[in-house]
Amino acid sequence: MTDQIRDVVRQHARLAVPVEQIPDDGDLYAAGLTSHASVNLMLALESAFDVEFPERMLRRRAFESIAAIRSALEELRGNG
Amino acid sequence: MDTATVQSEFLQQLFAHRLLIPSGVDGLYGRGTWFERVVEGIDAAVQRIGAPDNAEALHFPPVVTQHNYQLSEHFKSFPDLVGVVRGFRGKDKDHLALVEKMERGEDWAANFGPTGVIMTPAACYPIYPTLKGTIPPEGKRVTVLSYCFRYEPSLDPARLQMFRQREHVRIGTPDDVREFAATWKARGEQLFKELSLDSWSDVANDPFFGRVGKMLAANQRDQGLKFELLVPITSREKPTACCSFNYHQDHFGHLFEIKLPTGEWAHTACVGFGLERTTLALFKTHGFDVEKWPATVRERLKL
Repeated sequence: MTDQIRDVVRQHARLAVPVEQIPDDGDLYAAGLTSHASVNLMLALESAFDVEFPERMLRRRAFESIAAIRSALEELRGNG
Repeated sequence: MDTATVQSEFLQQLFAHRLLIPSGVDGLYGRGTWFERVVEGIDAAVQRIGAPDNAEALHFPPVVTQHNYQLSEHFKSFPDLVGVVRGFRGKDKDHLALVEKMERGEDWAANFGPTGVIMTPAACYPIYPTLKGTIPPEGKRVTVLSYCFRYEPSLDPARLQMFRQREHVRIGTPDDVREFAATWKARGEQLFKELSLDSWSDVANDPFFGRVGKMLAANQRDQGLKFELLVPITSREKPTACCSFNYHQDHFGHLFEIKLPTGEWAHTACVGFGLERTTLALFKTHGFDVEKWPATVRERLKL
């Protein structure tokens, strides 16, 4: 799952640094993730993983790192 | 009295004093002599405090092209507020059908098609497409005054469908725009103080549309990307934003391909003074007769 998340981040997050250089718990906002890009990332994750983030997850924190995204997705898929 | 009643009564008083002139559509009004003199006074006062910036003054009709509108991605955030201009393109037969429909009171909108023209949603929108390319090392400063349109009919006189914003826009590095916001916040606070307006600043969010909008609004607040100078016009609990600061990060820089000399996308921020809103705040605070306003306020506005 982490690899697939990294793929989506690479394509949609418009980060200032290559995603390969960011550890799973690295701060994506510090790496250049903007407000609008985080929305595009959220929509791309929904499409890639066929899920819909509930309103309580539509926060900055849910997308702050690859690990945070993974934990949100796992929770939605009932694996968390 | 509830806020809606206070708003409605204030509107009727503005009509009665010939400050606003009704049109039959909520939120679309003519402006009377004194209302307009105050608008001009506020605009001139803002331009005087902004003069040290030497911003380039640009002037646009209150519309943006469909191409630039789409590039701006405004429709992703505010599809419910945009106004789209349509025009008639038809032959005699279509014209007859149109006339008949209008005379019968039927829906004739289908007889009108796209013109490629969108009403300006915020005064600064026409600026960004003109800046495509690499900006100088010191960045850019632009100022613009424009009527804006937002489709939100309301009886609140502070929520007009067509209104003017005096905006100052900074294009540069993140440090440039942060310094710009701090400078203008101090200037705005000082001006409102001199106008004897009871105002305070607060972090805010735009009324982004839908699910995605909830996230954008939360992000905007968390990151402190928008703040406003608020004045109670018809309610202390729901004060009106008379001046608004928006930091767009590199959103417009990226969309309109505006680059810093380093090759990175330029950051942008704008400060907008709502000229009608500030005017309404003054009439609410100091009364409907400008000649009875405090001398200091009249002096500041050269009234």
